[in-house]
Amino acid sequence: MEKFIKLTDTVVPLDAENVDTDQIIPARFLKATDKEGFGENLFRDWRYAKNGEPNEDFILNQDKYSGSILLAGNNFGCGSSREHAAWAIKAYGFKAVVSSYFADIFKGNALNNGLLPVQVSPGFLSKLFVAIEKDSEEKISIDLEEQKISIQSSGESESFDIDPYKKTCLINGYDDIDFLTSKLGAIKNFEQKRSGKETVPQETI
Amino acid sequence: MKKTLFDKIWDSHVVESIPNGPDILYIDKHLIHEVTSPQAFNELKERSIPVFRPEQIVATADHNTPTQDQHLPVKDLLSRKQLKELSQNCEENHITLYGLGHPYNGIVHVMAPELGITQPGMTIVCGDSHTSTHGAFGTIAFGIGTSQVTQVFASQCLLVEKPKKLRVNVNGNLKNGVLPKDVILYIISKLGTNSGTGYFCEYAGNVFEEMSMEGRMTVCNMSIEMGARGGLIAPDQTTIDYVEGREFAPKAAEFEKMKAHWATLKTDEDAEFDQEYSFEAEDIEPMITYGTNPGMGIKLTGAIPIEGNKSDAKALAYMNFKPGETLLEKPINYIFIGSCTNSRIEDFRVAASYIKGKQKAENVNALIVPGSRQVAEQIKAEGLDKIFEEAGFILRQPGCSACLAMNDDKIPEGEYCVSTSNRNFEGRQGPGSRTILASPLTTAATAISGKISDYTQNLN
Repeated sequence: MEKFIKLTDTVVPLDAENVDTDQIIPARFLKATDKEGFGENLFRDWRYAKNGEPNEDFILNQDKYSGSILLAGNNFGCGSSREHAAWAIKAYGFKAVVSSYFADIFKGNALNNGLLPVQVSPGFLSKLFVAIEKDSEEKISIDLEEQKISIQSSGESESFDIDPYKKTCLINGYDDIDFLTSKLGAIKNFEQKRSGKETVPQETI
Repeated sequence: MKKTLFDKIWDSHVVESIPNGPDILYIDKHLIHEVTSPQAFNELKERSIPVFRPEQIVATADHNTPTQDQHLPVKDLLSRKQLKELSQNCEENHITLYGLGHPYNGIVHVMAPELGITQPGMTIVCGDSHTSTHGAFGTIAFGIGTSQVTQVFASQCLLVEKPKKLRVNVNGNLKNGVLPKDVILYIISKLGTNSGTGYFCEYAGNVFEEMSMEGRMTVCNMSIEMGARGGLIAPDQTTIDYVEGREFAPKAAEFEKMKAHWATLKTDEDAEFDQEYSFEAEDIEPMITYGTNPGMGIKLTGAIPIEGNKSDAKALAYMNFKPGETLLEKPINYIFIGSCTNSRIEDFRVAASYIKGKQKAENVNALIVPGSRQVAEQIKAEGLDKIFEEAGFILRQPGCSACLAMNDDKIPEGEYCVSTSNRNFEGRQGPGSRTILASPLTTAATAISGKISDYTQNLN
């Protein structure tokens, strides 16, 4: 997994709440059997008109906005568990998503792909949107070690929470599979300890 | 310490707790399907990691499968490739697959319970957010991403932080015509789509106690639509009666032993929840949604709220509805009865009981898709297929179908579809489609009248 330590960049502001994973990557693009190419279809139905022409109103099609930080409204990533949503955002080139709330499964999927979900207060989120609206060149810094997000021009900042285990994984580029496969001994012990009495009847399948 | 049902199941499945970090949670059953598993199998191959407990995994094909001519090769090449990879991956890794055409095939959240794979007290995961369905049996069941599918393949465990605990109580007497779908749509409309984020939800109260297992599955299915990772209901005699005798349920002495264990699976009196809400059953009426998330629901005869923010306005613009208006008398050209929320036999019985002797309105395309092969067989055995056909409904073969439109079952751009599925997101049922979520009864009644109407006066 790609490491994430610190990022300073311009921002793409997506001012919408409850952005669901069907908008991030519509179900018809989930037929792939690898992780490639999802970036092209990120926000497909908002980004392109039916005839395939870019929809100029949509933020990704506006030249004045660019950068590897996606700023979005409350409850980002709700809906389906499709990890394709995190892959699409990452493949497009985003490295962090900032919102005042993330849906659980999306948040986990993002963290498992080195895409940092930064949860800020609703007040700070508004400040970020205002700052970007005022100046599309405004830069934001996200420091994972310090767990701090700041607006470069004004210096205003806020700290954010992250699970300490996940933080270590991101900073070092480890993933959960490395960790879990190192625990197979303990897992086998657990299985033995509870066999005979517990919730998995041995002959179920 | 007093424990909730959720605590009891969770705590008995923790292999180890990482200091200042997540728990290593043991998973009893891992359900997989064609869409969210291929990348996980690829990852294992690349890292030369074997599947740790293949006997605890069950696979089905459901998301992208056609609902016609299932005996023929799948026409869509990408879908066919995905299904073929599932077959190959299952074969190589010794995983049981109930693929297209198998008598046990069906939507993962319909076939696993009906086969007795889902049992109280288990931990169950699947790369699908509606895995919460299985919570109806008093299980901890939740949806996971593909990286986590890989983790479970590799270790039969997940690294997860223990969620907070939420309880939703509904007590009282439900009105005539109010179905489990209405109950959950009502709860979500009151609480909103992210009130459950970070929580696991227990449903309690006489309304859930008196519900059938299929009704409980409908309720738990939509827990994710209020953001909760999962929902669960304490197992009781209804649960035991449902599980007993099913194909993969424990038998004889083993069943008796498990029954004794299942009886312990309830929340202790005075156990604490981080959050609790209570509703009166009498306040609930048949529900419909008017917006682009499942929290945007009103009673069938209600009016769209006037107050709203920018996102609400955007949703109404997409749906072509106005604040303050009612949906009654809106012409509807498409209805869909199906999906992991409402595609079990009771759903079709209630729809058929309303439809019997009536004809669908001429303008309506009425699609009925059973949740599994077994449900499809039961529909025939009970003669419901004749009722649907005589009324002009189209009855198809099982699968996820028009719930997420990965196959050919799509709602055209701009058209409304009254649907028993679980999500009314923009384009969910096909690009530009407009979904109105409702119960099987409301959906059936809409097909007959060709418009949204207050059918409740006509009910027996």
